[in-house]
Amino acid sequence: MPTTTDTIGAATGSTAGTRAGDDVLYRVDAKKVRAEIGKDRLIAMFKKMLLIRHFEERADQNYKAKKIAGFLHLYIGQEAVATAFYDHLSPGRDYTVTSYRCHAQALLSGLDPKELMAELFGKVTGNVRGKGGSMHFFSKEKGMLGGHGIVGGQIPVGTGAAFTAKYLGTGGVSVTFLGDGASPQGTFHESLNMAGLWRLPAIYLIENNLYGMGTACSRAVAVKNIAAAKAPGYNLASFTYDGLDLYASWKVAQEAIALARRNEPVLIEAKTYRYRGHSVSDPALYRSKEELAQYQALDPIERIKADLIAEKWLSADEAERINEETLERIQAAVAFSDESPEPPLSELSRHVFAEEPNR
Amino acid sequence: MMPAAATLPPRAASRSLNAKVEPINGFKTVPVGDGYQLASTRMALCQALYEEMKRDERVFVMGEEVAEYNGAYKVTKGLLEEFGAKRVIDTPITESGFAGLAVGAAMTGLRPVIEFMSWNFSFPAFDQIISNASKMCYMTGGMFPIPLVMRGPNGAGPRVSSQHSHAVEALYAHFPGLIVISPSNPYDAKGLLKSALRQSNPVCFLENEMLYNFEQEIPTAEYLVEIGKGHIARAGKDCTIVAISRCVHWAMEAATELAGLGIECEIVDPRTIKPLDIELIATSVRKTSRLVVVEECYQTGGVGAEIAAQIQERCFDDLDAPVGRVTTTENPMPYAANLEHETLPKPHRIVAAVKKACYL
Repeated sequence: MPTTTDTIGAATGSTAGTRAGDDVLYRVDAKKVRAEIGKDRLIAMFKKMLLIRHFEERADQNYKAKKIAGFLHLYIGQEAVATAFYDHLSPGRDYTVTSYRCHAQALLSGLDPKELMAELFGKVTGNVRGKGGSMHFFSKEKGMLGGHGIVGGQIPVGTGAAFTAKYLGTGGVSVTFLGDGASPQGTFHESLNMAGLWRLPAIYLIENNLYGMGTACSRAVAVKNIAAAKAPGYNLASFTYDGLDLYASWKVAQEAIALARRNEPVLIEAKTYRYRGHSVSDPALYRSKEELAQYQALDPIERIKADLIAEKWLSADEAERINEETLERIQAAVAFSDESPEPPLSELSRHVFAEEPNR
Repeated sequence: MMPAAATLPPRAASRSLNAKVEPINGFKTVPVGDGYQLASTRMALCQALYEEMKRDERVFVMGEEVAEYNGAYKVTKGLLEEFGAKRVIDTPITESGFAGLAVGAAMTGLRPVIEFMSWNFSFPAFDQIISNASKMCYMTGGMFPIPLVMRGPNGAGPRVSSQHSHAVEALYAHFPGLIVISPSNPYDAKGLLKSALRQSNPVCFLENEMLYNFEQEIPTAEYLVEIGKGHIARAGKDCTIVAISRCVHWAMEAATELAGLGIECEIVDPRTIKPLDIELIATSVRKTSRLVVVEECYQTGGVGAEIAAQIQERCFDDLDAPVGRVTTTENPMPYAANLEHETLPKPHRIVAAVKKACYL
């Protein structure tokens, strides 16, 4: 397929090659990084990735069973990106914000799968009392600032959280997750400029899953490596790495967060992949089965599981037990959500305005 | 602690500020005795910011030209010198960026004041105001209220053509979750801005460039004006005029002319567009049986349309005439002086509308 064309909008550049073999990719020695992470933290991250995977697979099932409606954007395949970053963050001191593909970030912030699943079910026991649904998970306590439905709309919000951290001198950082599809939005460029100008403790993490909805990144973004190309223009540090590789993700997170804590803002591009469509209503006909299989063969959870077993940090039986326990936890969340009541109609007009009194 | 309601009402300026010798800008005031100070709207707004920044370190001011330039309209004059660059922050020309930054700052414990150099420039930030600021409290089940004040001049400036002459009251009042304030004088501007900074919802604080130099004597003692409470600017028995911001002044001119014809108008200044003090308006209409609404917004979906609808719900049997609306005519603002004059809801159009309501 051609990578350039004379006709605007007709470009159908191949996505192959945007990952492997790229000389901007940050490379790590997996063995060394694994040793640095250590057994306990690696097992913990394995469990978290499994939690995200099972949560979303169950959510998908319940969507098909019509227990969940609206949009449901799944993160399946991308788990190694957010999981590694949260391993270095302190929820409460640090802030995170993301797009509508927000289930992983909410779970990694430490929110209970019960309240998240109940939110998907539209129940009053849900994370935001049944008013947000799949795209709007939040936690004040954990500094998880959403869950935002407009592409790119969350990027200035993350910038504001970094502003607060610097204003109050808390030492906190903010990590703003966004997709490759959000990078052409004005909010992205305006935020990078402010962060670069004011030296905010901000990290912007582009999760390039190769498609903005059904449009291949190569048909939407003028450059191949977004962070590498854009960061110098705004005086930001940058990293580009293989987002399917938990070790690379963990090491980049460590270095980027250290920079941000010194008020050095950072732009990162994680080259990753989503197994499902943009949302559950998208059959993803714009890509081949072969392409999907190529990435599924690199599944981050399966690879970490294999490493844990090879290192004898887990036995196959223990790994399977973790899997079962995680699944049971998600099933309990589904049961909780099923049994929970819908919001009372009195909720309709609550929270349009703040309930806290004037100061 | 909330200061007690002001014991002193505002009063007309007994003299004008002398720009050559007196600081007409900034928060430093000109005492005139009896517990009063002479203040322009610009000065009253600056004083509100000054007092609230003194009171609460979480309050900061951000916008284009607000710091070193002292504000495009000098509303923030002197604040940089007083509070430093940490709390008075010049931004690049990046309205969507700094509006969204302010939403994020408000979610994480600060109390931002952002200045749009004019509300015309809020349109690049529209998504942040609507999708983020106005929805956040609700869509987080009350978890994240947004204590954010967005302020700047609204309405037509003199001879600046179509892109710089919008009045946005109706536009922003349309969306649940936003408070919309549109004061007409220094006293209300100060008291309402201070109230806006002491509550936890996003506020569109709509000033008017043409009123920045309007002067009043206002109390030197601290006071607040309650959000959502209107005010009778002129008492009368024959026809109620609801007028917003600059239109209050045009309505006063019209009322003087109409008084010469024996028609005594009652002018209601709602001060806050949302929440709207509809009961104050209804009470006046029950007395006068007639209503004319004057605003700088367009007629279609304007504030007047909403007031007319609410008044027919409440006062159907009290009305002796259809509700009149005097608005900006439905064209983009032209540059030519005569065309601009006819576009705006000026006194001659108000007089005509009141006469029509009185079947004269």
